[in-house]
Amino acid sequence: MIDFSSIINFEGFSSLVPLVSGAIIAGTVLGVLAGLIGPMIHARDLAFAVHGTSELSFAGASVALFLGVSVTTGAVAGSLVAAVVLGLLGVRAKDRNASIGIMLPFGMGIGVLFLSLYKGRSSNKFGLLTGQIVAVDSTRLTTLCLVAALVALALAVVWRPLFFASVDPAVAKARGIPMRTLSIIFMVLLGLTTAMAIQLVGALLVLSLLITPTAAAARVTARPSALCLLSIVFAVISAVGGILLSLGPGLPISPYVTTISFVIYLVCLPIGAWRRRQGWSRRV
Amino acid sequence: MSDDNAGPAGAGPLDPSPRPEAARLAGASVTFGDRVLWHDVDLTVHQGEFVAVLGPNGAGKTTMLRVLLGQIPLSSGVATIAGHPVTKGSAEIGYVPQQRAMDALAPIRGRDLVTMGVDGHHWGPRWPSHSRSQKVRRAIAEVGATSYADAPISQLSGGEQQRLRIAQALVSQPGLLLCDEPLLSLDIRHQNAVSQLIDQSRWTHNVGILFVTHEINPVLPYIDRVAYVAGGRVLVGTPDEVMRSETLSDLYGSPVQVFRHNGRIIVLADEERAPHSHGEHQATTRD
Repeated sequence: MIDFSSIINFEGFSSLVPLVSGAIIAGTVLGVLAGLIGPMIHARDLAFAVHGTSELSFAGASVALFLGVSVTTGAVAGSLVAAVVLGLLGVRAKDRNASIGIMLPFGMGIGVLFLSLYKGRSSNKFGLLTGQIVAVDSTRLTTLCLVAALVALALAVVWRPLFFASVDPAVAKARGIPMRTLSIIFMVLLGLTTAMAIQLVGALLVLSLLITPTAAAARVTARPSALCLLSIVFAVISAVGGILLSLGPGLPISPYVTTISFVIYLVCLPIGAWRRRQGWSRRV
Repeated sequence: MSDDNAGPAGAGPLDPSPRPEAARLAGASVTFGDRVLWHDVDLTVHQGEFVAVLGPNGAGKTTMLRVLLGQIPLSSGVATIAGHPVTKGSAEIGYVPQQRAMDALAPIRGRDLVTMGVDGHHWGPRWPSHSRSQKVRRAIAEVGATSYADAPISQLSGGEQQRLRIAQALVSQPGLLLCDEPLLSLDIRHQNAVSQLIDQSRWTHNVGILFVTHEINPVLPYIDRVAYVAGGRVLVGTPDEVMRSETLSDLYGSPVQVFRHNGRIIVLADEERAPHSHGEHQATTRD
């Protein structure tokens, strides 16, 4: 039987935390970024696209690892290819999902091929799939912060028409909002975010930061501003909490991140059901 | 013949004193490749006027709205909004789409939907604004949606959603209201309420209304004129002028019979080229 303390323990916690301050900063930045872009992914019903993008990002990163160039660059390149392809496909989920289903295993295959060809440390290989935030160095941290700032800034500019286009496409189009351009811009921002998230939680678990926090928030609020705020809070708690919990046992962070975000979702479910039973807000 | 002057009443029968023009099509034609959807259409909608666009599916009713929204170019003729050539995203237009199940994923309230009608198309962050929230509150109150404006929109009934959509369309003070089947999938009671609400906006907001519908009866008490789209032509006139067996038979190029019963209009065509029956079955069974 598994000893519980091998999964959760706080041995030498206080001495370990300072060593991972870089990782904690990275987790916070990524949490904010994920929480910020999450509501838009949610509104545009893009969960599967995030998965597809992360697999292509993974493929890009493995190729980069094999070639001995920057993994970040590879991840970003893979994401952007996916983003542009998906952006051009437009916003119709029906057409999109099939294309993603086609792209995803292909990206996965490329990724696995180059990881197998790679002769370096095997922890690097595993890291791309399941995350390796403890290995965050200052260069990567700087890149993460710069990209996060760029994405946040761009989101601030396009948020309003993009949200309109996402939740109410017929009227948004009538109001002259450039739907296709916005779709491509958003997919590029999503690609950048995914490429960053991959380095924290790995390709397989990107969804737990980009999808779950917003899905949880959407259970308990219908107010766009509150949705945004809550999903940021949930994502940061998941990311940073996951890092901290993984310290003692010395296990990968991803199971902790995914579990925390899943538990938050589970907690939000009954709260949402209760609010609905109460007739939500001021509904007469 | 397919223009305003088709009927004896000339340009705008209920409109003796010329009001400002909300929208105009003049000699307008739309072609997709080799196919002419409709041609040489002349139609003017004045402010305060309610015009229903009728016709069978695929005849090009919605296309007429999309032309005025600047989404589809005319192959010939001109289209103007308030006297200016059509542009994409004209502030002069309020648009009310079909009621569709709002995506349950979209976590927004009715209030947010109406707010998007004010400035949802602007770039940059939306800063809190007292005058905006007041405008939104007023628009919501006008359509009687105050009590449910803060509930998630996915939990509202179709009729409630359409009320909010009307508020969303009117909140920007447009001169023209384009409605694309706004009654579809509503029950009779809500059809009547929504029609009445749209009719009211002519007095409260002085808008001209172009209302695409496959069913004339819910709006029959309100409309000034009908633009009947069929067979590549558009016939414009009062309901009494247009909704007649001879006129519609001529337009369809096949026998069509128009019946009137208890103030309702029933259009029947032969099976082969059946236009549609204006949803009369539904209406009679419910009555």
